[in-house]
Amino acid sequence: MDQGAIIVVRGLTAAYGDQVILKDISFEVKRGEVFVILGGSGCGKSTLLKHVIGLYPLASGEVLIGGENLAGAMGADRQRILRRFGVAYQSGALFGSMTLSENVTLPIEEFTRLPTTAREVISWMKLKLVGLEDFGDHLPAEVSGGMQKRAAIARAMALDPAVLFLDEPSAGLDPVTSAELDSLILELREGLGMTFVIVTHELPSIYAVADRVIMLDKRKKGIIAEGRPQDLRDHSSDPYVRKFFRREPE
Amino acid sequence: MVQNPTVLEIVKEADGSQLKFSGRLDAKGVSEAWDRALSATEEANRLSIDASGVEYCDGAGLALLWELQRRGGGEISGLKPEIARLLQPFAEADRKGGDRRAKGSTIELIGKAGSDLVRDISEQISFLGQITVMALRMARRPRELRWNDVWTTYERAGVQALVVVGLVSFLTGLIMAFQAAPPLRQFGVDIFVVNLVALAMLRELGPIMTAIVLAGRSGSAFAAEIGTMKVNEEINALTTMGLDPVRFLVAPRVLAGVLVTPVLTIYSDLLGVGGGLFVMLARGYPAVTLWRQLTTAVGINDVMAGIIKAFAFGALVAGIGCLRGLQTKSGASAVGISTTRSVVTSIFFIVVVDAVFAVVYYAIDF
Repeated sequence: MDQGAIIVVRGLTAAYGDQVILKDISFEVKRGEVFVILGGSGCGKSTLLKHVIGLYPLASGEVLIGGENLAGAMGADRQRILRRFGVAYQSGALFGSMTLSENVTLPIEEFTRLPTTAREVISWMKLKLVGLEDFGDHLPAEVSGGMQKRAAIARAMALDPAVLFLDEPSAGLDPVTSAELDSLILELREGLGMTFVIVTHELPSIYAVADRVIMLDKRKKGIIAEGRPQDLRDHSSDPYVRKFFRREPE
Repeated sequence: MVQNPTVLEIVKEADGSQLKFSGRLDAKGVSEAWDRALSATEEANRLSIDASGVEYCDGAGLALLWELQRRGGGEISGLKPEIARLLQPFAEADRKGGDRRAKGSTIELIGKAGSDLVRDISEQISFLGQITVMALRMARRPRELRWNDVWTTYERAGVQALVVVGLVSFLTGLIMAFQAAPPLRQFGVDIFVVNLVALAMLRELGPIMTAIVLAGRSGSAFAAEIGTMKVNEEINALTTMGLDPVRFLVAPRVLAGVLVTPVLTIYSDLLGVGGGLFVMLARGYPAVTLWRQLTTAVGINDVMAGIIKAFAFGALVAGIGCLRGLQTKSGASAVGISTTRSVVTSIFFIVVVDAVFAVVYYAIDF
C-alpha cells in the first residue's frame, strides 16, 4: 500500500468574517489511513472538514488532495479532484424526492457509462454494505434518521472514491449498528485501500478504527494533540487530552 | 501512474466457457466489459471465472463478478483474498427485483385517484368544520385569537400586495378600454366603454384578480410556511404543547385573509376603473361627462356584489393555503407539492364560487 500523503493541509486558517475559528492548522493524512478529527463541541471539527473539502474558502493556507489544490482548480480539473473523495454529511443530506437507491445511483449515472443493470447492482451492493438493501425503494422521509445516515454513507461510496469524509457517522446510531459501521470502515480500507477522514467524538468508534487522530481545541483554535488514540489516552502530557479520552469531567 | 485497463478474454472450452479477467476491474473497464460478460453467461452451458489477473477491483467490478455468479457463473478462481473478502457479504444474498413504486394497472390508477379525491374532499369538509367551530369560539372569546399574528399577516398579505394588485388592475382597466373603444366607436357609443369597464371591474374582475394575486402571493406562502413547519415537526410540537394548530396557525391567517381581501378589492376596483377612465380622457372625453356616465352606470349594489364575493374569496384562499400546508407529507419536495396544490385548488375554487355567486345574484336580481 502506498504510504504517501493523500491529503496535505498547510497553515489552514478558517474564519467567518472577522471571527477566526481555526488558526494555522497543518496535518497530513496518509493513503489508506483512518484519520479522525475530534474535539469538544463547538471546537470547529465540522468547520475544518468543510474547509478541507472545499465548501468554504480558506482565509489562508492550502489544502492538497492527491497532490492537487482544490481551491485553485476549475472546470474539469476541479471535477477530477472532487471525484477523489466522497462525503457523508452529518444530517445525511439525501435528496428527498429520490428513493435511497436512486440517491446512490445518481453519481454512478452521472459519472460513468455503466449499463442500467450494473448501476442497479452497484447501488444494491452499496446499500447492502450499510444494511439497507431492503429499503432501496423507500424515500428518505420513510426511513429513520440512522438509516438516512447509513444511506448517505452508501451514496458517498457510490463511485469508490479514494477518500471518504464522514461527518459524525455514528452519532444517533445504536451501538450494534455503530460497531457494524466501524468494521465496514476497516473492511473498505483493507479491501479497496480507501482512506477515511472522520469527524467524530464517539470514543468507542475512535478506539476501534482510528490509526491517528488530531484533537482540536476551542481556546487554542488549533490542534492540541496528534497521535494514536490509545497513546494520547495513556501518555499525553496535556491533562485535558487525557481526560477527554478517558471520558472524565474537567 | 499507468493503470492497466480491464481485459476480458472469453475462452471457449469443450463443455462451456471460461471468462478470464485481468488488469483493473474499475467502472471504466466494467462499463465496456459488462454486456460481453453477461451475454457469455447466456450462451454457455457451464461457465467458470478466472480472476487471477485482477489487480484492482472497485464497486463496479464487484458488481460484475457478483452478477456473473448469480447468473450461474460458478466459482471465481484466483481472486485476491482482499477482494474476495469484499464479495463475502453478498455471497448468500439475492437482489430482489421489482420496484415497490412501480405503477399499477390503469384501473388501479383510476381507483387510487378516485380514493385520493374522496379523501381530499372529506379532509376539506372536515377542515371547513374545524374552521367554523374555531370561528364561533373566537367570536365568543376573541382574546384567544393571536391578534399580533393577524396584523402581521394582514400587513404581509395586504399592504405588501398593493403594488402588484394596483398595477394589474390599472392595466386591465386600461386594456379593456383600449380594446372596446374602437368597435363601439363604429356605432357611436364609445361612451359605454365606461359602463363596460366599471361593471366588469366592480362585479367580476376586481374581486377575482385580487383573489388570484392573493392565492399566488399569500395562499402559497401560507402553504409553504405551514408545510415547512409540518416537515420540521413544529406542528407536532404545537400539538404536544397543547396548542391547537388550527387556533394557533390557521385562525389568524384566515381572519387576516377575510379582512384584507375586500379592502384590496376596493383598491383594485378604483385602479381598474381609473385605468379605463384614463383611456377615455386620452380619447378626448371631458372628466365631467365620464363621471356622470359612471354614476349612472353603476349602483351601490354593483360595488357590494364584488365586496361580498371578496369576503368569501379571502376565506377560501387563506383556508386552502393553510389546509394544503397542514396536509404536507415529509421531505423538501412535499412543501413544493403543497404550495402548487394550494395555488391550483384556490384558483379552481375561486372560479367555482364565482359561478355560484353569479347564479345566486341572477336569481335574486342583485
